[in-house]
Amino acid sequence: MAAHDGWRFGARGVRSSRREALFGGLCLCCLPTLGRSAEGFGLDEVGPGIFVRRGPDAEATPDNDDAIANIGFIVGERSVLVTESGGSLADGRWLRGQIRARTDKPISHVVLTHVHPDHCFGAEAFEADKPVFIGHHALRAALDARGEYYRTRLVEILGAEKAGRVVYPTLEVADGAEIDLGGRRLTFHAHGAAHTNCDLSMRDSASGLLFPADLLFVTRIPSLDGSLVGWLKEAEVLKAMGAEKAVPGHGPTLVAFAPAMADLTRYLGTLRDETRKALASDMPIETAVATLGRSEADKWALFDLYHGRNVTQAFKELEWE
Amino acid sequence: MKPFTAALALSLAASLPAAALFAGPAAAAGASDTDAERLARWQEIRTSIFGDKTVEPTETLVAVEAPVRALDAALVPITLTMPEKDKVAGVSLIIDDNPSPYAANITFGPAADPGEIKLRVRVNNYTNVHAVVRMKDGRLFETTKFVKASGGCSAPMGMSDEEAMKGMGDMRMKFSGEPAPGKSTEATLMIRHPNFSGMQMNQVTRDYTPARYIQKVVVAQGGRNILTLDGDISIASNPVINFAFLPEGKAPVTVVASDNQDGRWEHSFPVPAPSN
Repeated sequence: MAAHDGWRFGARGVRSSRREALFGGLCLCCLPTLGRSAEGFGLDEVGPGIFVRRGPDAEATPDNDDAIANIGFIVGERSVLVTESGGSLADGRWLRGQIRARTDKPISHVVLTHVHPDHCFGAEAFEADKPVFIGHHALRAALDARGEYYRTRLVEILGAEKAGRVVYPTLEVADGAEIDLGGRRLTFHAHGAAHTNCDLSMRDSASGLLFPADLLFVTRIPSLDGSLVGWLKEAEVLKAMGAEKAVPGHGPTLVAFAPAMADLTRYLGTLRDETRKALASDMPIETAVATLGRSEADKWALFDLYHGRNVTQAFKELEWE
Repeated sequence: MKPFTAALALSLAASLPAAALFAGPAAAAGASDTDAERLARWQEIRTSIFGDKTVEPTETLVAVEAPVRALDAALVPITLTMPEKDKVAGVSLIIDDNPSPYAANITFGPAADPGEIKLRVRVNNYTNVHAVVRMKDGRLFETTKFVKASGGCSAPMGMSDEEAMKGMGDMRMKFSGEPAPGKSTEATLMIRHPNFSGMQMNQVTRDYTPARYIQKVVVAQGGRNILTLDGDISIASNPVINFAFLPEGKAPVTVVASDNQDGRWEHSFPVPAPSN
């Protein structure tokens, strides 16, 4: 049962003693105090002082507060960094509550990994902490183009009180950046167009863990909103970082990086190769949408919802090659 | 015209297909309209376009092919087929519940093979899509198809307007099939153009990006017209049109495209030589 994954740290190579000391050996998922937005998913301590909530492979609904991404926080000697803000104000508030239940250290940084609402609409919940909001240099313009549109949709689903406002980055990463939380440094990399045009990845010096955000989807089908060719290129950039384990934007809270990235690049590579072949043979787009990439159908959650759109995106991009 | 204003206001209740984020149970505008309401809307639109001319229903003279549920409301592929092609003068595509329903009007010239034409459109609501074929004898025939989609006209199309306008006016044409004298050749015309609908908001200025769309495309070979397309905001960004024509001689295919803001682009494409 996914909600109890937290108990299997031993199997993941992370010692469980620290976690037991922190939480008194209680399974967080079963604590009645957990917010509804967690949807029964608790926080996993995926590394020393690194807590991540697994987002379910679902769409935003009135019942789940758009709490569908893997969000969490990292505790340093001096302060706390929020790895992803959450999918709504309600989700962000839930996360802030989880942080405050564990530490009184100031929340100094909130990472906005890219423009999609399931990752950045929780930011408002942290505004009172006056953190540095870290984002890709292209995030501001992307939020300008889409932020209000996303908010409108989110308000329709969750209501105005729970949706959250658009929050802009206050530290815009042009290429790379480094943050020191005390005892650990976090290194950021602003990627070229891939999943979106504003993907920011992060590496923690203390654990060696990579946080590729939505540049790495696991179990949930990737959604293509930037550049297919670019994503495959940025996958190589991430591989070159040499991380053994990663916290993906969707899927389990901690994965072995190489095989997870191999699954993703297999999907994207299949999409690219089959689309190029279809274009070379003058296949109409509607036939492409209905027939390409079907070998991936049973390998991803929400395939039927997203795959056709991914083919459309791929077709639009590659027909101009 | 009342129904169109209503559609405009409802257009914000929309999902963004490009980003594929809110695919959930869409509270789609127009989803609950009754058949009678849809019929009344069509009658109003039909009169505004065709006046009091009779538009007869047909099951054979024109067919419209579209996905029942659009995966991407900002790019819905449409195929129009006209089996009795020698009698066809032109065809119109009307998306009843779009803010500007008259999506495209195509007039075929002497060099056309009007058997089939494909376009990509935006669909803003659950809507009937009508195809009306004009025969050479002046009679009009229509058929309809119901498409479920929402938000295609108002969805932000990229991350910025500047990005969307890159390379505006660039064109490509692909020919397929073995060219042979007297046989028709299939062609795909691609035009780089954002086709801004006027309903996509720019958050910096808190204003809508002004509508800027391809209004007219004239395709010809050696002075013989293949087709003339009058377009509107319902045509998807970076328009792609698939058609067939009857090549004659070695003259290139010429395309002249113009938009509603005095943009004008002209390109010509060499026709593949016949194999015999």
